[in-house]
Amino acid sequence: MQQEAMVRGELRGKEKVQFRQGSALRQLWEANLEVFQRDKLALLGLFIFVFFTLVAVFAPVIAPNDPLTPQKNANGDWIKDAEPFWMAEPGEDEAEGYVNNFLLGTTNIGRDIFSQLVYGSRAALLVGFSAAIAVAVIGTVVGLLAGYYGGRIDTLLMRAADVAFGIPFIPFIIVISAFFDPSIWNVVLAMAALLWRDSSRVIRSQVLVIKEQSFVSAAKVSGASELRIIFVYIAPSILPLSFLYGTLAIAWAILTEASVSFLGFSDPETISWGYMLQDAFNSLALSREAYYWIVPPGLCIMLTVMAGFFIGRGYEEVLFPRLRRM
Amino acid sequence: MSRGIASYIAGRFLQSVMVLWVIVTLLFLLFRLAPSNPMASYIDTEFTKEQEQALLARFGLDRPLHEQYVIYLINLLKLDLGDTFHYAGTTVIDVLRADLPNTLYLTLTSLLLAYSVGVLGGIAYAALRGSRIERVGTTFTLMTRAAPQFWVGMLLLTLFAFHWKLLPSSGIGPAVVRYRWDTEWDKLLSPVFWRHMILPTFTLAIYLHGLPLLLMRSNMLEVLDQDFIVMGRLAGYSERRLMIQYAARNAVLPVLTALTLGIGYSIGGNVVIETVFAWPGLGRTLVRAVQSADYPLAQGAFFLIALIIVVMNFIADILYSLLDPRVGASAQAQVS
Repeated sequence: MQQEAMVRGELRGKEKVQFRQGSALRQLWEANLEVFQRDKLALLGLFIFVFFTLVAVFAPVIAPNDPLTPQKNANGDWIKDAEPFWMAEPGEDEAEGYVNNFLLGTTNIGRDIFSQLVYGSRAALLVGFSAAIAVAVIGTVVGLLAGYYGGRIDTLLMRAADVAFGIPFIPFIIVISAFFDPSIWNVVLAMAALLWRDSSRVIRSQVLVIKEQSFVSAAKVSGASELRIIFVYIAPSILPLSFLYGTLAIAWAILTEASVSFLGFSDPETISWGYMLQDAFNSLALSREAYYWIVPPGLCIMLTVMAGFFIGRGYEEVLFPRLRRM
Repeated sequence: MSRGIASYIAGRFLQSVMVLWVIVTLLFLLFRLAPSNPMASYIDTEFTKEQEQALLARFGLDRPLHEQYVIYLINLLKLDLGDTFHYAGTTVIDVLRADLPNTLYLTLTSLLLAYSVGVLGGIAYAALRGSRIERVGTTFTLMTRAAPQFWVGMLLLTLFAFHWKLLPSSGIGPAVVRYRWDTEWDKLLSPVFWRHMILPTFTLAIYLHGLPLLLMRSNMLEVLDQDFIVMGRLAGYSERRLMIQYAARNAVLPVLTALTLGIGYSIGGNVVIETVFAWPGLGRTLVRAVQSADYPLAQGAFFLIALIIVVMNFIADILYSLLDPRVGASAQAQVS
């Protein structure tokens, strides 16, 4: 997955970003507006994110049951492996002493799958957005400093990026999660520690171009401090790039968190879609062909990841008009 | 020019060695952070006192940290990665040596499949630009990149292994058969092995085919716009000849670089697929070693995967600069 960013990064590296006029905030607003006005798929991606954000916020209202508590029948036994009510044999539930109102059935220890799916959106979005912010911030700052100062700072930072490119991504996250407490935040930290490598390289190469522009020289002549030049004059021009890498990072982060949870390195107290799939896999849901358990979490992961890709592509087309034809 | 390239390669090589050294150092520090005591990196609680003493001396674990670090580097150069905890008397190198071929077979076959389909598909999509087929196809390809690999694997397993019972669900072959494989050749010539490889290979290839396909498509469109194609068209060459003989030849070069990078990163990412299909490779060994706190093995597997990635990144860099001299020149400017 990182590889795609590398290859596409090469593509982007060869091209100059379209610069905009006007105040920093206005530039940003216009760039963002253009992305969603121009690109219907990007708009769809935004809707998907909004939808899942609402689900995550209102999870306690939407989910009929607690995602971790086994549901019990009249005798106090766990309702194991109940099929969804629209699939189950009528009357089966009454014979077993419960009312089947499970939209997606129950797990092998009687947990409500639909409720898990609803709560799973929390983990996905939390990981996605926090990793995205971390990646965008680190990548932008590193790219700005390396590009603007050049020389030793540049060499040092870019060699650090080389090191980050040499570290295997998922193995690194697994080791970090295993050595520290298994929590979502360690996964986010580990991802942020590596994923800045793509964005910083591309942002650096754009800063190299921007710092030769006349408005930067003008700022220098008028006596603006270096930090002011970097963060007030140069940064706004490359912020859409940070947005681009941020949205892509949402997608990678959700996908990676799912993989790490699937491998069993997540906090078992936090329900995530990857955890659900691990649970299904280990509980032999595959041999029972329990599609109602296997399919929904994967679809949710796919939808949110695609949303990130769609928005990313939208940014790309606005930033790199030459790619639009392709 | 050729001297420029030689010094560029030498520079890149030195850089790769440095990168590897930093990674190895990080690995050393990381595994000293492992839960329980730092010696746990090498010593299992079930080892006898003598075994413990022997290991302490071998890795200098009774010495201060900086001396341990030097010993660690020397051992690494000698390819001495310690003993695993869980298979008594086996060295980490032995385990990795058994795992690496399986990982390579799976990865290389999948990459071959994915890149053949990707390159041909990319040409077809470029030829069909703007058509309905192209739009549906591109969306499908995007979906395969967004779907978690392990989930695709689970779906294929449910259908082909459990529902239709056409293919085996895990491993590389039953023990009775594996017992007869004395060499790697026996394994490679065994139909049983290939039957076990079908599902993991397809799962991986479904994920991997997206990158070469989208890359080939955009390269084709870029090349098709260039003057020599327009000239060829004016000269009356057939569209088919232009596409395959002229455009595709040029468009395929960056895809080759991507393939080189792909080998490294796929091996690092195979962790998940190997776990789903219980494929006895590097990734699965790493996961199991971390889960069971077999630190020497985890450290060794991590090191080997990182080594492969760094080497492939280096080769990709060199390929890139040889195929496109402009990159070599600008990259040289960056290095110096």
